Amino acid sequence: MSAPTLKTSPHLRGMKSVDVIMRNVVYALIPVSLFSVLQFGLSALALILVCTTVCIGTEHFFCLRAGRETTVADWSAAITGLLMALVLPPGFPLWMAAVASFVAIALGKQIFGGLGFNLFNPALIGRAFAQAAFTVPITTWTPGMAHRRFMEFIPTTLTPPFLQPDMEAFQAWVTGLKLDGYSGATPLAMMKFDRFETDTLELFLGTIASSAGESSALLILLGGGYLAWRKMLNWRIPTAVLGSAFVLSAVFYLQDSTVYPSPFFTLCSGGLMLGAVFMATDMVSSPVTPGGLWIYGILIGVMTVIIRLFGGLNEGVMYAILLGNAATPLINNLTQPKIYGAVKKRKEVKA
Amino acid sequence: MSDAHAVAAPSPFRLVATLAGIALFSGVLLSLTYEGTKPIIARKEQAALQAAVMEVLPGAVSQRSYQRNETGWVLLNEGAEGANLYEGLDADGNRVGFALTGEARGYADVIRILYGYDPEQKQVIGLKVLSSNETPGLGDKIEKDPAFQENFTALDASLEYPIRTVKNGEKEHPWQVDGISGATVSSKAVGKALRESTAQWVPVLDNAIEGGEVQP
Amino acid sequence: MSEEREALTMDTFTQGLWKDNPVFVMMLGLCPALAVTNTAANALAMGLATTFVLICSGLLVSLLRKVIPKQVRIASYIIIIATFVTMADYGIKAISLDLYKALGAFIQLIVVNCIILGRAEAYASKNTPLRAVVNGTGMGLGFTIALLSMGIIREVLGSGTLFGAQVMPDRFQPWSIFVLPPGGFFVLAGWLMLFSWLRQRNTKQEVA
Repeated sequence: MSAPTLKTSPHLRGMKSVDVIMRNVVYALIPVSLFSVLQFGLSALALILVCTTVCIGTEHFFCLRAGRETTVADWSAAITGLLMALVLPPGFPLWMAAVASFVAIALGKQIFGGLGFNLFNPALIGRAFAQAAFTVPITTWTPGMAHRRFMEFIPTTLTPPFLQPDMEAFQAWVTGLKLDGYSGATPLAMMKFDRFETDTLELFLGTIASSAGESSALLILLGGGYLAWRKMLNWRIPTAVLGSAFVLSAVFYLQDSTVYPSPFFTLCSGGLMLGAVFMATDMVSSPVTPGGLWIYGILIGVMTVIIRLFGGLNEGVMYAILLGNAATPLINNLTQPKIYGAVKKRKEVKA
Repeated sequence: MSDAHAVAAPSPFRLVATLAGIALFSGVLLSLTYEGTKPIIARKEQAALQAAVMEVLPGAVSQRSYQRNETGWVLLNEGAEGANLYEGLDADGNRVGFALTGEARGYADVIRILYGYDPEQKQVIGLKVLSSNETPGLGDKIEKDPAFQENFTALDASLEYPIRTVKNGEKEHPWQVDGISGATVSSKAVGKALRESTAQWVPVLDNAIEGGEVQP
Repeated sequence: MSEEREALTMDTFTQGLWKDNPVFVMMLGLCPALAVTNTAANALAMGLATTFVLICSGLLVSLLRKVIPKQVRIASYIIIIATFVTMADYGIKAISLDLYKALGAFIQLIVVNCIILGRAEAYASKNTPLRAVVNGTGMGLGFTIALLSMGIIREVLGSGTLFGAQVMPDRFQPWSIFVLPPGGFFVLAGWLMLFSWLRQRNTKQEVA
């Protein structure tokens, strides 16, 4: 399964099995996860543990119910859990994170028949559910590097199940941190509503308000580079996503730099980097042909920029990737390699 | 339709007659219903309008409707249709202000608002969201959040500075609307609706009052 | 037309409530079932409006079943149904403007609700007026119950209220997804799962 693209036959199977690849993805995610714990402290740690545990538990439960051998050992549920935690705000109430993780595996994966059959990236299904269900908590951002972050939780983290987080306590906590100029908005929101562009270097290194694991573009690229080097990640997808987002935002930026953000800002802000490297590259929900991968990546990159610049939302990576996932069967169909010598005719395609 | 051939096909006349008969019956039934419900609906619509006007013009107990034609503003009789300006009067018959509408694109759909404008103070004195489709729990706060509604008890609309929505907690001037945190798009849309509507209406109203078309 | 000689049984009524429930079993009328069940009140009003149209059009179609020639029957049914839908439309507007605003175009869209044309064609046009009315009432109530059972869940989970009154604790976190369109699909899927599970269990018991 090395470089998982489909070309004309003969198809040679690589030596790597699912669990080896998945295990390496986990390795690649470790620096990002560690950084998020460093940045947001206990709350980020708890978020990662809860999401991963619930994802693995849900996977196990569904396998048992379906009378199948459990697929927990292939690490895929663990990855979903990790990614789930990394795309949520660090102070997200744990019970909501647990619900989102359950939905990710149950509705995003098991309902389709488990790994290999899901149409969409499970972690993003969970994120989309949380976005629609818990609108306020999912847009409540916390400052990183709070000085007591290893001693105490962010107040919203420990909200009792089914209750709303106590926003007053949260506000008091933020005020207590005495941060100058902290507005609780992510760089993308500041860009969208106030035309304030955060310094790109800060974004690259990750010292800003963000989801738990989206902040450091550097570490994400490091993890992605490792996977690409081991040929466990198709370099075409991140290249196409980031490249098309860069080009499109550069076009707008050159037209009017007072209104549109710079292309570097576009690349390093929000979840674009994490999405391009770890989510769009999900082997199950992305196309299989080299040409298809380019189309898919460009679709995601372009959609992200369009949603960010012209949509009501300030972040569009999640919906862009989900749309890309939805288009995958169609892309596969369109970019199908021709059979040598065959007469052109319509034929049934099994996805 | 194999059956149709077995039985002798009815004459075209009968087909037309049946349909015409049913249509006639339907017409009678509908006009009866229409006649029966029309006064009730009109009364309810009037009451709803009245209630909305009174909500945005605190202190108003009755209202007058105006319509614009080629010559200027004409006072309409109560219940007449086609009004595009409402004036709220207090118990002594003095004018409290005018109720005006505005709209702007929100997060999910167009937000339509009705607001009260006091031409003497040149202030917005009340606001009601007529229709919106904002996210429940977030954007729909523009409809009921008391802190947000507080913005519209004395909002400067003299047009010296255009009305603007600012970030939550950053309101400094009387022409600024304090936004809702987390619902930036929706609260900005309300500000935009007010800005555009006041820019259009305030000069028109000033002229109408000066010209005596609207009773002082 | 042997059916006409059958006696009026309990089944005529309960058919629509359980065995052939329009939404949960026959999967008809899913459009209003998904669109206007975001609160219990909307669901109830929609269900009752549909029931009214079902009963009235059923009665009229059944009365005219020997008069209407086959060739123009669909056209006739549509006129009859549209008449009652328009009446319901005026009626709801006269009862409450807020309700009318909340239900929007879905009142007029009752015209194209397959349950109603389906009942007119498959039942009322072949049965006596009494049976048509009883069956239409059952179907309408089945539809209302289905809508209401979705509306209640969506309103309680999505806004923490029931018929507008607070039922959940003060600091309950409303799952706003349930009052949004995707929530309609989730709740419908949940009910369908429950129904097919119940039916499967019943069939197994009958076999055993």
